[in-house]
Amino acid sequence: MPILTVDALDARHGLLHAVRGVSFAVEEGETLALVGANGAGKTTLLRCIAGAHRASGGRVMFDGTDVTHLPAHRRVQCGIALVPEGRRLFAGMTVEENLRVAAGRGRPGTWTVERIVEAFPQLGPKLQARAGDLSGGQQQAAAIARALMTNPRLLLLDEVSLGLSPIAVDAVYASLQGLLGGGATVVLVEQDLARALRVADRVLCMLEGRVVYEGRAQETTREQVMAAYFGLREAVA
Amino acid sequence: MIFLNQLVQGVFLGAYYALVACSLSFLFGVMRIVNLAHGSLVVLAAFVLFELADRAGLSPWLSLIVAIPAMAVVGWLLQRLVLDRSLRGGMLVPLLSTFGLAIVLDNLLFQRFGADTRSLAPYIGDLSFDSWSLTDDITVGRLDVLILAVAIVVLGGLQTFLSRTRLGRTIRATAEDPSVVGLIGIDARAVYALATAIAMAMATVAGAFLAMRTTFDPYSGGAQLIFAFETVVIGGFGSLWGTLAGGIVLGIAQNIGAFISPRFFLIAGHLVFLGVLVARVWLSGLNLRRLRVRAA
Repeated sequence: MPILTVDALDARHGLLHAVRGVSFAVEEGETLALVGANGAGKTTLLRCIAGAHRASGGRVMFDGTDVTHLPAHRRVQCGIALVPEGRRLFAGMTVEENLRVAAGRGRPGTWTVERIVEAFPQLGPKLQARAGDLSGGQQQAAAIARALMTNPRLLLLDEVSLGLSPIAVDAVYASLQGLLGGGATVVLVEQDLARALRVADRVLCMLEGRVVYEGRAQETTREQVMAAYFGLREAVA
Repeated sequence: MIFLNQLVQGVFLGAYYALVACSLSFLFGVMRIVNLAHGSLVVLAAFVLFELADRAGLSPWLSLIVAIPAMAVVGWLLQRLVLDRSLRGGMLVPLLSTFGLAIVLDNLLFQRFGADTRSLAPYIGDLSFDSWSLTDDITVGRLDVLILAVAIVVLGGLQTFLSRTRLGRTIRATAEDPSVVGLIGIDARAVYALATAIAMAMATVAGAFLAMRTTFDPYSGGAQLIFAFETVVIGGFGSLWGTLAGGIVLGIAQNIGAFISPRFFLIAGHLVFLGVLVARVWLSGLNLRRLRVRAA
C-alpha cells in the first residue's frame, strides 16, 4: 500500500485554480521528483500535502488515514514534514534553537542534534550562530535538518536549490544523498531537470495545475519531460 | 538633594510603569497586536483583588494567588474569543476590537462599582506608608522597593523563560514566523492563547500594585494604557529590559517635570515620549536609506 495517496486534489489561490484534480501515489522508501514550470502548481501541491494550504477538493491519504482536513501541526505528528520554499528559518534564533524547537513534536524517532551534525557537517561549527547570519546553503541544510528533527516518514522538499550557488547545491544534495539512499520517503520539487532525474526514482511533471507526465526516472529522457514541461502533449504520448 | 530625591522616586515610579507595560510589550512582541484594552484589564484585575480583599477578607497577597490564574483564564478566553478572530481580519481589526473591549470593560465596571475611587492600601498595613530614610532628603517607600524588586523578577523571569525553556523557544519561534511553526508541529493558536494568558497574569500583578500604591476607579484604565504605551515606545517594542529602562526614563521625566512645577508632571513625560518617538522615526529613516545604499 502506498504511504501517500493524493486523490483528485484541487486547490485555489483566490481566483487562480492552482492545482486541478491531481492524483498520484508514493510508495514507502521512494523518491518522487515534481518538475514543471513556475506557476505549474508544484509548491501549492506540496503545501496541500503538508496542510499549509487548504485543499478545495479531493483527498490526501497518509498511511491509510485521511489527513485532508487535519491542520499542519497535526500532520507533523502523523509524520509529514515540509521544508518550505525560501527556507523560512527562525532568523533571530540560533541554529541549535531552530533544531531544538522542532524536537519532540513529530513522531518519536532517532534524530538528535548530534546526528544532525553528522549528517550535515557544515552545520557543526554554526550551531550557536544566528540562523539569519548563515549562508544560503547552510540555511538550506538547517531547514532540512529542522524538518528531520520531527522524525518524518515523508519528507517534502520545496526548491532546495533555489537561490543557492552550484557548490552549495552540491553540498546540500551530498547531505541529502544519505537520506535518499537510506530508504527515506521524499517528494521534492526541483527546477534542475537533470538533477531531478538523477536523484529521483520517479518523476511527475505538472503543467497549469495538472499532471501531464509521470514515469520512472531511469526510463525517462530529458526530451520527454521537456515536451511535457512546455505542454507539447502529443510528444509525450 | 531634593532634586536627587525626585530622581530616585522617578526610578521607583518607572519600575511600576515597566510592570504595567511588560504585558503590552510581550503581547506585541509575540502576536504583533497592540492591546488597547490593556489598561482596562489591569483595572479589572485591581477590582478583582479589591473584591477578594473587601468581601472575602483575603489578604491581597493571598488574593493574588487566586487572581493570577483567574486572569490567565480571562487571557486565554480573550485570545480565543476576540484576538484570534480579529487577527484574521488584518492589522487594524485587533486595534478596533480591543478598543471596543476597553469601552465595554470600563462601563461594565462602572455599572457594577460606580464612580467611587478604591484602594488596596488599607489592606496591606504598614507597607503602604512605611519607608526608609537614606539621607535627610531621600526616603524610599517599602512598597516602592517591593515594586522595583517585583518588576526586575517579572521581567528577568520572563526573559529567562523565553530564552532558556522549551516553551519559551516555542513562543519565540511562533513570534518570528507564525505561518511556518505549523510545519514543525506547533499549533500557533495554542501558543497565542498561552501568551495572552501569561500577559494577563503579568497584568494582574500590575493591577495589584496599581491598587496598592494609589486609588483607582472604573475609568482608570485609559491613563494606565497611555503610561504603558509610552514606556514601551521609549524602551523599544519587544525588548523586555528596554521596557524597564523605558519605564524609568518616563518616571524620571515625570518627576523632574513635577519638580519644576506640579503641573508639568504629565506633560514632561509626554514630551520625552514624543522626543523619543521622533528620534526613533528619524533614525530609522536614516538607517533605511543606508540599508538601501548597501543593498544596491
